Amino acid sequence: MSKVKGSRILLRHRDIPKLDKLDVYLEDGGFESFKKAVTKMKPDKVTEIVKDSGLRGRGGAGFPTGVKWSFIDANNWPHYVVANADESEPGTFKDREIMEQNPYQFFEGVMLSAYAIQANDAYIYLRGEFWDLAHELDKKIKKLEKSGYLGKKLFGTDYSLNLYTHLGAGAYICGEETALLESMEGKLGQPRLRPPFPPSFGLFGKPTVVNNVETLANVPLIIEKGAKWYRKFGTERSPGTKVFSLSGNVNKPGNYELPLASTFRELIFKHGGGIPDGHAIKAIMAAGASSSLIVANDEALDTPMDYESVQNVGGMLGSASVIVIDETVDISWLVNKTVHFFKHESCGKCTPCREGVFWMSHLTERIDNGSGSREDIVLLQDVANNIQGKCLCALGDFSTQAVVTGIERFPEDFKAKVSPNQAARIKINE
Amino acid sequence: MSELVKNEAAQNMVTLTIDDHTMSVPEGTLVVDAARSIGLDIPVFCYHPKMEPVGMCRMCLVEIGTPMRDRTTSEPILEDDGSPKIQFFPNLMTGCTFRASEGMVVRGYTEKVTAARKEVLEFLLTSHPLDCPTCDKGGECPLQNLTMQFGDGESRFIYDEKMHSAKHVALGDLIFLDRERCIQCARCTRFQDEIVDDQVIGFSNRGRALEIVTFSDPGFDSYWSGNTTDICPVGALTTADFRFGARPWEMNASASICNHCAVGCNLTFNTRREVKSGGEKIIKRVMPRQNEAVNEIWICDKGRFAYHFTASDQRLNQPLIRKDGKLVPSSWELALDLVTSRFKNAGENLVTLAGGRLSNEDLFNLAELSAHLGGDALLYSDMAGGDLVSRLGVGEGTNFSDMGPETAILVVACNLEEEAPLWWLRIKQAAERGAKVIVANPRKTKLDRSAIHNLRYEYGQEAGLVTALLSAISPKQPKSPAFVNKLAKDKEVKAAAKALSEAENTVILFGSEGTSYAASAALAQACANLLIASGHIGRPNNGLIGVWDKGNAQGAWDMGLRPSEDLDAALKTSQAVYISAADPAGDSKQYASALKKADFVVVQELYMTATAELADVVLPAQAFTEREGTYTSGERRVQRFYPAVPSLPDLLPDFGITAEIAGRLGLELEKTAPASVMLQIAEVVPDYAELTYQKLAKVEKQFPLIGREDVYYGGTSYQNSQGLGVQLKPAAQNGDSPVLVITELPEVKLSGEELLAVPVTRLLDLGNTVTPSEVLVTRLAKPHVALHPQDAEKLGVEWGSKVKLILNGSTQTVLVEFDNSMPHGVVLVPRSLGIPIISPTPATIKVL
Repeated sequence: MSKVKGSRILLRHRDIPKLDKLDVYLEDGGFESFKKAVTKMKPDKVTEIVKDSGLRGRGGAGFPTGVKWSFIDANNWPHYVVANADESEPGTFKDREIMEQNPYQFFEGVMLSAYAIQANDAYIYLRGEFWDLAHELDKKIKKLEKSGYLGKKLFGTDYSLNLYTHLGAGAYICGEETALLESMEGKLGQPRLRPPFPPSFGLFGKPTVVNNVETLANVPLIIEKGAKWYRKFGTERSPGTKVFSLSGNVNKPGNYELPLASTFRELIFKHGGGIPDGHAIKAIMAAGASSSLIVANDEALDTPMDYESVQNVGGMLGSASVIVIDETVDISWLVNKTVHFFKHESCGKCTPCREGVFWMSHLTERIDNGSGSREDIVLLQDVANNIQGKCLCALGDFSTQAVVTGIERFPEDFKAKVSPNQAARIKINE
Repeated sequence: MSELVKNEAAQNMVTLTIDDHTMSVPEGTLVVDAARSIGLDIPVFCYHPKMEPVGMCRMCLVEIGTPMRDRTTSEPILEDDGSPKIQFFPNLMTGCTFRASEGMVVRGYTEKVTAARKEVLEFLLTSHPLDCPTCDKGGECPLQNLTMQFGDGESRFIYDEKMHSAKHVALGDLIFLDRERCIQCARCTRFQDEIVDDQVIGFSNRGRALEIVTFSDPGFDSYWSGNTTDICPVGALTTADFRFGARPWEMNASASICNHCAVGCNLTFNTRREVKSGGEKIIKRVMPRQNEAVNEIWICDKGRFAYHFTASDQRLNQPLIRKDGKLVPSSWELALDLVTSRFKNAGENLVTLAGGRLSNEDLFNLAELSAHLGGDALLYSDMAGGDLVSRLGVGEGTNFSDMGPETAILVVACNLEEEAPLWWLRIKQAAERGAKVIVANPRKTKLDRSAIHNLRYEYGQEAGLVTALLSAISPKQPKSPAFVNKLAKDKEVKAAAKALSEAENTVILFGSEGTSYAASAALAQACANLLIASGHIGRPNNGLIGVWDKGNAQGAWDMGLRPSEDLDAALKTSQAVYISAADPAGDSKQYASALKKADFVVVQELYMTATAELADVVLPAQAFTEREGTYTSGERRVQRFYPAVPSLPDLLPDFGITAEIAGRLGLELEKTAPASVMLQIAEVVPDYAELTYQKLAKVEKQFPLIGREDVYYGGTSYQNSQGLGVQLKPAAQNGDSPVLVITELPEVKLSGEELLAVPVTRLLDLGNTVTPSEVLVTRLAKPHVALHPQDAEKLGVEWGSKVKLILNGSTQTVLVEFDNSMPHGVVLVPRSLGIPIISPTPATIKVL
């Protein structure tokens, strides 16, 4: 039986030394879930247990994983599983730790998912910068093939499975699942129109399940210990644990695996050791660069970090990459940084994102370097609003989150940067 | 008939409301198409009705709502007044990707929608150079038009912050890209991928730096590149031919028909009178004109760019008479009198030789004159079977766009994209709809990609291959040669024969890959036999199509002209030869020497061709762009063309010159009005009995709607208001029941030493009407031959090297290309590149 200490389901390598070695993982009961599934369980049963566990996608959208698997089109074959290991959101570094330190648990999750949807080929799509990690994973995949956990007719059954890694070329957008699929097909990484969704039209046009690394890493223990056990962690609607990537103005940045619905205060002050130099906390970005800026008041700090509650304080849990911003940070500077990131990463497919983010970057730059006017702030807000709700994929909206909430919730940071005497260069259509 | 309408019977219809207009459309129709079908505008940039929607530009955002249903009972929820309660999506949705469903309500002009349009336009314009005053697209530009309609008058973007990009990027020799004007709609790249399967351009980079690049060598290597300039919604893509040439509003539009191949694409010539051309009215560009049964809204680059011949300064402009061995200018009177007297003397020894680019009216008058004197009226062509096409051609109502899984299409001895590009395109699309395409050719062609069976045979065995298909269907055939029996046992051949015979509809197209006249005759008959035996004649979407070497070859057959089996002998033994629109001396030294032996040669031409050089009298004729007439396509669609530019002074149309000669010989023929010639044709040629110019000018509503006022939707292709033409009924559709005719199959034999040179066709050749277009020069095929790489290795010849080619008694230096799909022991010699080849013939290659 796999050992679980406290609420550490995913970062078990911190408790079990050398869990990244196959023999250690096997000794801990590794691949028993997979073997049990393949030899004794119907594929639908695996999906059912995952459904019952309430596991939700850890990539950001929080869609129920088992439900996603059950959407797979049973009249169109073959099926594919793609593990999204693009981990491109600034401030997110959880998948990397899982793949580096606890890779077999992740693999087993991929393999269980593949069995559940009866895919014979599963892919791990890694961002291009993870080339060394991909190399390590390749070696481990070879080991699994030699040990009979991957390949043809597994455990004497008719089920065969191959696992491959695939490197992206370093684009943020390729973390978006349909852009990822395009990239895997050798095309320019641009998101597809949805619908159709990947479970009906995915990789090479075939039904495909795309899941985040962390999501998949939960699956082996859910199958081993059951849905009920998993639901001991977290809340009714957001069960399980979550790896929070903590960064920014905090004493002990890093990954922390906590049950969902732990509070910001607990993460930042108990685990993260608080703010350096005794500064006051000012804002939180709960989901990396694509977050809104949450005003870090007591209400916010005591908010449970689950998919629903974070929305109540004007944010999103997303991939739970919590960036802490203290009082020394000028929000207009931060917004400028964020917008420049999106300007660099916009794929360019749809007009509002391609043109709007480019335009916003001029405005935030102007404001940040002190040459902007008050009209520029109004215009920036307007441009951001005009992007929202009009883009092909969610990333267009993401690019505006920090801008809109920054201006709305920290107006003085912007006003302080523009001189009231600075002549407006343009007329604003109020 | 519009695609929307014709599918009504087959599909579930749904009723939706767009801006208070309620309409019924087939389920699944895109909201923008539904709106457009009743004349409502939902503006688009990236969407194009001929391509899959991508939803990129976001210009078509509208409010969309669907009827609410009770979650438990599924019953519709009603408003207080009893009307269904509509739930609108919280965000605006793209009308180009949303499909109509029952009860859907679309709002295209609410405040929210018009604001979104303004915002999307504002975004697009932040990166746009706003150089409309010097932009070719100005005046017919969707971005300009939609900005006028929905945009704001003022810019909130600081001009100095605009990103600047390259403005004169030559994507290829024909197409220029202005990267500043590009709005990244991907219409061009999608056209190249989805429609013509030449993936030679694409996006590079990302975000605001996203740009179109070409990755072929040479750049933008596609026969279809010009179409991207029509569908480009801004002035980003322009042709090397037209850019900076004229403003759209300065030009007139004349309907015409392309005569470069047998498809008969509908064209519009844009003309302008200009100082630059000495105050003359000249053709500035060629645009496609919509005919959904012929070319839809596309044309190939040959049709688009090879028009300059009509304005060439090499045109003949006065009659010439040979005096003391030299051709000297003469009056029409003198020249015509001389011709008349010599023709009278020749009587039945007059040989009339006409080219397939002449109009039906020209050919009719030539045939009448010839008959009057009792001479032979010959068509200058190496292809046979036009008589079979008139009997077993495709039935009236045939349209490649209607073909799907129920149809099998056999294309034999033909490199279709080279010989008739639009048919390649339309058959490829039929294959995508499920039509079973079978390609039989000795080597690979582009259509192979669309085929379910690719059948290979040796050059010379084309009729044998078709006979093998026939014997696979009905085994009771007379004894066939061994090679046919062998082919008939081939698994692929058997499977193909099964597909052809079992299909509800079958169309066969035969081309001229590697064929002589005799081989063509055997091939055409074999194809006819196959169609008769499988019962695929006399109905729409069934029958035989000749992929003719000239635009109106079928018309020539219909007017009674026939190719000669031995042209050499016919010319030698004549007392007078009357040649029009043909250049036999240019094609073959043998014909040249035969003509030298002829007593009296009259050449009616546009240029001083090699044949005209040998003439006793040269009569200059009007180009087809200067007059009216009709052509008959390979699908036997008769179509009208109209004058685009004034004639050169003192010139007559071909039929007029012939009528002048005939008049002097006592035969009254119509000399001025081609419509009247058509009336006579209707009297004499039974298949044309119903035709009048008025009928040919009839139009009906087509989908997608194309036109000047909504260039945003389908591009700048022209609406067809001048005639869709009339497809003739073949005899088989009129009750004729043809029987099989078994002919002897020709076989080509060679001595071991030599290679077999076979004629093949290249689209961009060095024909008389092509080379005057300077813009095309770098795209034209150079004199070359193709060898199998292994044969080349044996000969010690490298790719791209120059070799000496000896055939038909002439020696020439040519370049060598490789084709690893072609048979061994063969050298492919393209026609019309200045290498004298008419039929398969032994050849020797020597390394230089």
